[in-house]
Amino acid sequence: MGMEKFASKIKSVLKSSYVMHEVAHGEVTVVVRAEKVVDALTALRDHKDLRLVQLIDLCGVDWPGRSRRFDVVYHLLSPFKNTRLRVKAMVGEGESIASVCDVFPVANWFEREAFDMYGINFSGHPDLRRLLTDYGFEGHPFRKDFPLTGYVEVRYDETKKRVVYEPVKLTQEYRHFDTLSPWEGAEYTLPGDEKAGADQ
Amino acid sequence: MTEHRDLTLNPEAVSDDVAEGNTTTINFGPQHPAAHGVLRLVLELDGEVVERVDPHVGLLHRGTEKLIEHKTYLQAMPYFDRLDYVAPMNQEHAWCMAVERLLGVEVPARAQHIRVLYSEIGRILSHLLNVTTQAMDVGALTPPLWGFEEREKLMVFYERASGSRMHAAYFRPGGVHQDLPPKLIADIDKWCDEFPRVLDDIEGLLTENRIFKQRNVDIGVVSKEFAYQWGFSGVMVRGSGIPWDLRKSQPYEGYEDYEFDIPLGKNGDCYDRYLCRMEEMRQSVRIMKQAIAKMPEGPVMVEDGKLAPPKRGEMKTSMEALIHHFKLYTEGAHVPAGEVYACVEAPKGEFGVYLVADGSNKPYRAKIRAPGFAHLAAMDALNRGHMLADVSAILGSLDIVFGEIDR
Repeated sequence: MGMEKFASKIKSVLKSSYVMHEVAHGEVTVVVRAEKVVDALTALRDHKDLRLVQLIDLCGVDWPGRSRRFDVVYHLLSPFKNTRLRVKAMVGEGESIASVCDVFPVANWFEREAFDMYGINFSGHPDLRRLLTDYGFEGHPFRKDFPLTGYVEVRYDETKKRVVYEPVKLTQEYRHFDTLSPWEGAEYTLPGDEKAGADQ
Repeated sequence: MTEHRDLTLNPEAVSDDVAEGNTTTINFGPQHPAAHGVLRLVLELDGEVVERVDPHVGLLHRGTEKLIEHKTYLQAMPYFDRLDYVAPMNQEHAWCMAVERLLGVEVPARAQHIRVLYSEIGRILSHLLNVTTQAMDVGALTPPLWGFEEREKLMVFYERASGSRMHAAYFRPGGVHQDLPPKLIADIDKWCDEFPRVLDDIEGLLTENRIFKQRNVDIGVVSKEFAYQWGFSGVMVRGSGIPWDLRKSQPYEGYEDYEFDIPLGKNGDCYDRYLCRMEEMRQSVRIMKQAIAKMPEGPVMVEDGKLAPPKRGEMKTSMEALIHHFKLYTEGAHVPAGEVYACVEAPKGEFGVYLVADGSNKPYRAKIRAPGFAHLAAMDALNRGHMLADVSAILGSLDIVFGEIDR
């Protein structure tokens, strides 16, 4: 099945939950409406010509500049038809998206991870706890506005005889190497060049 | 203390507890020899029967995906050695394939053969560790000693190719770092002839071993339906009789040109998975022999100054080569914007990288899809109703490594 044909098949199966699709690098990406994600994935799983029965991966992507900040990305696989499909839904900060645990049980941990890392709220999830971060961790570390060095560090306190949490103290400032060449790629003004091109 | 004594003295109180369904909660790990790393399992037991398993993971979480966002594409690559540190080059492979797909780069034939050769070495490294430590979890000490001797030889091959026993950083976007010397290829070939005898020895210890079978047969049975629902891959689906191997079904890196068989289990229990892994090692040896026999001459890296660094000799004489070297190791290669999911059949299952690029020299987002993550997520469903002693047998047959689960 050609990629475009496959994509139009997906479109007809998804019906009202379909938003748009894209074919690139031999992969099909389809964007669905976030409020209909459970219907969409159930339809894709159960349709006899698709049978995308395996949820291979689920993850979040953060786009802070967007009005609906997060992408929730589902990677589906059909071992019967040997096809893959990427499904995306957009969700804003403070909004929630329906959990797909009932469609794919494995989504349980994937959604816990996305909640932990991005703070995406999955409504209807049976057990939405943090998964990878420390007990009592605050914040969502994979958001683009969370600093790479974090906020707290731990050490063993010899006097208190226990592990203590303290604000991060860096003996040297975190070194962000901006190696992007000024001649191509990034567009920024060199110091002293602010007025260059102003007369044009 | 007094309350406890009262309970034991009063048999009625004890039986009441059982009737109410009171369970014992015990902690398995984070430091436990059968936990294969840092896993904390909170087990709820009714007597010796497991009622619920709550795995607490993340003790090895290093934020690899976040770190990668702050590195260039080349600098991000060594992090993949540190995921499943039992088979490092297989992970690098997925990363390199993702970057190459976005760049639209074709890897030279010799580099492809070297990649296949070392991916299969990685598979044997991982399976040897898993099979023998699984035997250790159920009480046998000799298999790990024999298996680790062979692993040591394989790690020497890693070292002779890359300079490092484990954290190789050998597969690079566009090829492999350096060519293999002829003596090394000859030594790997010789090892391929000797290794099946060691496998026979290990099989002689385990396959018909009464204790090993009692601990593994009919334990942790995975049905086909269950394997699909829980996103299983690799030996976890093949052990249940599902013919699915990415090397055959979605071939990459020229795997379609090799002759090898995919072993399938029948019952989907721990024992079938063990048998699958043993046979896969023999098939890997077959692939390695073919890769060595077919190994063409030629470059091992694309000859594109914007992606691959120039040779040392060129740098001494060519200004352009010097500039390319400087730009590649400071700014790094730019990858066109787009998103791609690249996956390989890693020893533990489907290892994938979902890469989102924004056109700069750094990845915008890299999600690492580790096979062990999905397998461990099913731990609760797999263990319910089993005995406490089976927990370590099932855990062993899942083949988990915390580097890749916690990332």
